[in-house]
Amino acid sequence: MLTLTQLDKVYKTGTFGSSDLHAVRQVSLDVQRGEVVSLIGESGSGKSTIGKMVLHLLDSTGGSITFDGRDVTKLGFRARRDYYRKVQGVFQDPFSSFNPIYKVDRAFETLRRSYFPRVSSADWRKRLEDALGAVTLEPDDILGKFPHQLSGGQLQRLLIARALLLDIELLVADEIISMLDASTRIDVLNLLGELKGRGLGILFVTHDLSLGNYVSDRVVILYKGRVVERGDTSAVFDDPLHPYTRDLLASVPHLDRTWEEVEVEEAERTERLAGRCLYHEAVAGDGASDGGEVPDGVGLVEHAPGHFVGCFRKAAEEPCPAA
Amino acid sequence: MALAVNDLKVWYRTVRGDVKALDGVTFEVADGEIMGIAGESGCGKTTLGKALIRLDTRMRHVGGSVVLDDVELPLADDGAMRRHRYREVSLIPQYAMSAMNPTRKIGRMIRDLLSAHNVRYADVLPELERRLELVGLDAEVLGRYPIELSGGMKQRVVLVLSTLLNPSLLVGDEVTSALDVSSQKAVARALVEFRDHGFVRSMIVITHDISVLFQVADTILVMYAGHLAEKAPAKTIISQPLHPYTKMLIGALPKVGDRYEEQQLEGIEGRPPSLLEPPAGCRFRDRCPLVHDKCAEAPPFRKVAEGHHVACWAVS
Repeated sequence: MLTLTQLDKVYKTGTFGSSDLHAVRQVSLDVQRGEVVSLIGESGSGKSTIGKMVLHLLDSTGGSITFDGRDVTKLGFRARRDYYRKVQGVFQDPFSSFNPIYKVDRAFETLRRSYFPRVSSADWRKRLEDALGAVTLEPDDILGKFPHQLSGGQLQRLLIARALLLDIELLVADEIISMLDASTRIDVLNLLGELKGRGLGILFVTHDLSLGNYVSDRVVILYKGRVVERGDTSAVFDDPLHPYTRDLLASVPHLDRTWEEVEVEEAERTERLAGRCLYHEAVAGDGASDGGEVPDGVGLVEHAPGHFVGCFRKAAEEPCPAA
Repeated sequence: MALAVNDLKVWYRTVRGDVKALDGVTFEVADGEIMGIAGESGCGKTTLGKALIRLDTRMRHVGGSVVLDDVELPLADDGAMRRHRYREVSLIPQYAMSAMNPTRKIGRMIRDLLSAHNVRYADVLPELERRLELVGLDAEVLGRYPIELSGGMKQRVVLVLSTLLNPSLLVGDEVTSALDVSSQKAVARALVEFRDHGFVRSMIVITHDISVLFQVADTILVMYAGHLAEKAPAKTIISQPLHPYTKMLIGALPKVGDRYEEQQLEGIEGRPPSLLEPPAGCRFRDRCPLVHDKCAEAPPFRKVAEGHHVACWAVS
């Protein structure tokens, strides 16, 4: 449904834009209907930049974003409105997504004004109740309240309900649970799982691996704008290959194992993969076809069915450890 | 006994009345213990940390006492507390790493801090450099501005500077939050190392992230709506919690490996009560699956096993 092909984003930084910051490098991925794809990376990995480009909040520098086969990287005003009927985003901080001086109903009213001017009040109320029901909120508890009267989890679910009113097909969820308490976090995650069951595609941007693992079907691991590994969630989590993915998984605080225990378990894998690069090994393996020519370290090879890994260098500028 | 807190009550003055953010908590932290405090936002964990250092103008010490190394801390007396701050109790507040003076080099900032406590910078410089090295930072960070350091580096600088005078107690409020997982691990490990080296005798680590506490803390204290719910060794809290709130809180955390399709976790219905007019009795009872008549009376925080305290009538 959504396909990113060799997407690039370069920010101009420094005085008068004298230097370039390559925030996203040649990122290719896709999201299908009824599937959650997690975009996992630390700060500066470009994960939010990708989310914003998909939502058309940022222009891309190169590559393409297609939605159902249609290129959406350059859309006019009218076309963009149609695009937003199908694709919506929810962001990290629910409190700053609402204007604190208005009641929360206003978020729905503005939506109605822009997209459903001809829907009658009674009909709209019905739709609103359905959408709130879908995110397990009681309309009577919510409508007519100010944002500060509701909890973060409730506000976040309200924003998802707002997106559902548009009958969307893709939801970009950018760190939507990192500001919520543990007890309400899981409700929002379960909601994502349920929406997935109803055929919605979800691009879930997060830095938290245990949360990414819980709901997603596939994961994409980003480091400094480059995809270092991607594949089915279980494949990547059970058999992390790229040095960065391995480091990341070894740093996650677990609830049942200490860091020391995890390190002992990982030592064997680290030993086996030390000084190697599965990407270059694979490319050299079928080498003859393209003359052993290796692209600039942003490509991926399929290590196992559905499990892709890139060159074992960390940042794109570093040399490959096997070279 | 490093720290003994007895029936401490700290309320916030507001125009609508007193917010009973910390309403009678009693616990002890042993020498060399790292105690983690966990709970949802608004449970009083930050208030507890702040109360041990300085009450701001809205906070009021309503009752109870805090004894550190056999000396009672004069909580309500701002001037008298000055002697204890930094030397005996040190606090790393929330967002401390973002609160460094952006116009001063880090070394200069530490010099200012020390001179405010009548300590000469030159006297502690060798120790300062040694400790920076211990947390994996080069001594040249002292000549840099905060903006030149990453979040994890800044947080480690904050840790070093707040423990420079070897306090008895360090209170770290959300020190590992807002960091990437790899920096989080480095900072968390530095905490344990500082305790092991004796730079700080005991520690209170406040965070909403229980999995970090499991990695660093010896004991975990769970708070709910200004009351204590449960305190036990870290492993016990995770694997055999007794209080229904702790059980539900731990149950709501996905472990790496839990999948939505295979096993759906559940959140906790409802919200904590307002602390303006908190209901009498157990404050968790509106959300509790085990609620019964007895819960209208506040359960005592009592010992159920060695080092394991629970405030719940349903736990015998």
